[in-house]
Amino acid sequence: MTGIVDYKAGNLKSVQNALKRLNADFITSNKACELAKCNRIIIPGVGGAGWAMENLKKNNLVEVIRNLKCPVLGICLGLQILCSYSEEDDTEGIGIFPNMVSRIPSSEEIKVPDTGWNTVYDLNTPLFDGIEENSFFYFVHSYSAEINGYTCAKTDYGIKFSAALKEDNFTGCQFHPEKSGRIGQKFLQNFLTKEI
Amino acid sequence: MHAKRIIPCLDIKDGQTVKGINFLQLKNVGDPVEMAEFYSNEGADELVFLDISATLEGRKTFAGLVEKIAERINIPFTVGGGISSLDDAETLLKAGADKISINSAAVADPSLIKRLGERFGSQFVVVAIDAKYINGTWTVTTHGGSRNTNRELFSWAAETERLGAGEILFTSMDHDGTEGGYACDVYKKLSGILSIPVIASGGAGKISDIADVLSRNKGNADAALAASIFHYGKIRIPHLKRELGKAGIPVRTTL
Repeated sequence: MTGIVDYKAGNLKSVQNALKRLNADFITSNKACELAKCNRIIIPGVGGAGWAMENLKKNNLVEVIRNLKCPVLGICLGLQILCSYSEEDDTEGIGIFPNMVSRIPSSEEIKVPDTGWNTVYDLNTPLFDGIEENSFFYFVHSYSAEINGYTCAKTDYGIKFSAALKEDNFTGCQFHPEKSGRIGQKFLQNFLTKEI
Repeated sequence: MHAKRIIPCLDIKDGQTVKGINFLQLKNVGDPVEMAEFYSNEGADELVFLDISATLEGRKTFAGLVEKIAERINIPFTVGGGISSLDDAETLLKAGADKISINSAAVADPSLIKRLGERFGSQFVVVAIDAKYINGTWTVTTHGGSRNTNRELFSWAAETERLGAGEILFTSMDHDGTEGGYACDVYKKLSGILSIPVIASGGAGKISDIADVLSRNKGNADAALAASIFHYGKIRIPHLKRELGKAGIPVRTTL
């Protein structure tokens, strides 16, 4: 059973639909006791980091998430709040990844929010099994996590940033696998089935 | 490599596509879900569905349709047509839409952009602008180009960005339906003054039109939207993307 963390941040529906397409069993919940029964956890998220952390705190989910032992996937804002700090709303995150999240510098060529498809490279986690280097994934974000030893995939958009981060059972992806066509579907399937 | 996007646009009336498309050989020529799936498999990067239903009943059907599309389609899609309140937007968000586009309602009440952005995030809000070149000024129009306003395109576009629009979808009413190419100089200027993505719409007739509007030294738009050239099979997306790639325009090739 996969648990989708419901903390009122954005589009749960598209993650739910993606899991349905993969015939996966899932629940959507903000209750620690229900999420504890799951063997996979997805933290989705669209919106602001400050608001997202506040909602997690309100639901007493910060410690619960930090102590999870099963495979966890944070998507987009879900990745950002797993980092230690986000410039957005000056927010302290859950701190699984010691990365800084900062705003993408815009210019005439670099539009922010970064909206669209971009290639992902230096793939280094089983979640990318069967996915080629430089495959396209769909991104929608204004902030990104720096590259460091936790980075397991990279993307260039004016700057280079972490397309994915990994630490033990935790993975975060900046792109939206649930909106990234067949390749995104493969990534989610790997998350649901691979030993992580 | 950040790709320029190719976006087929489908007009929906009472839950069915308006222009039946015979070349696709679909079971149900007017079924938007089947068409959406076809385009997604062909390599469309995103889809836009515009509801042109005139009745309340038609609108309800549309929300149901959005739900079906979201269940089947694994690429992003935008829905628009008649959205004028936060409640309208929320219904479509809950149905599974990734973005909504607003047009006439934003002109009537610009604060709607701000309220939508604050509630759902800028990434959810596409502001569609229709304009005509009248006496030396790009004049914003509403209600499908039938009403002129006293707003000027470039200042209105900049204002929508300040209010929290996540993307601008600009249609030149002078070019729309002509198949004579996009208004490249206008996109170039919009792209220069805005720091949010610009989607070009209106005028696509052949592959080189799309190449022009996307190329850095011509239109420099971030995405190209088109309807009939795709629906009538005049341009197929895999071929289009190969040609754009040859012209040096970054496009998504792996699906």
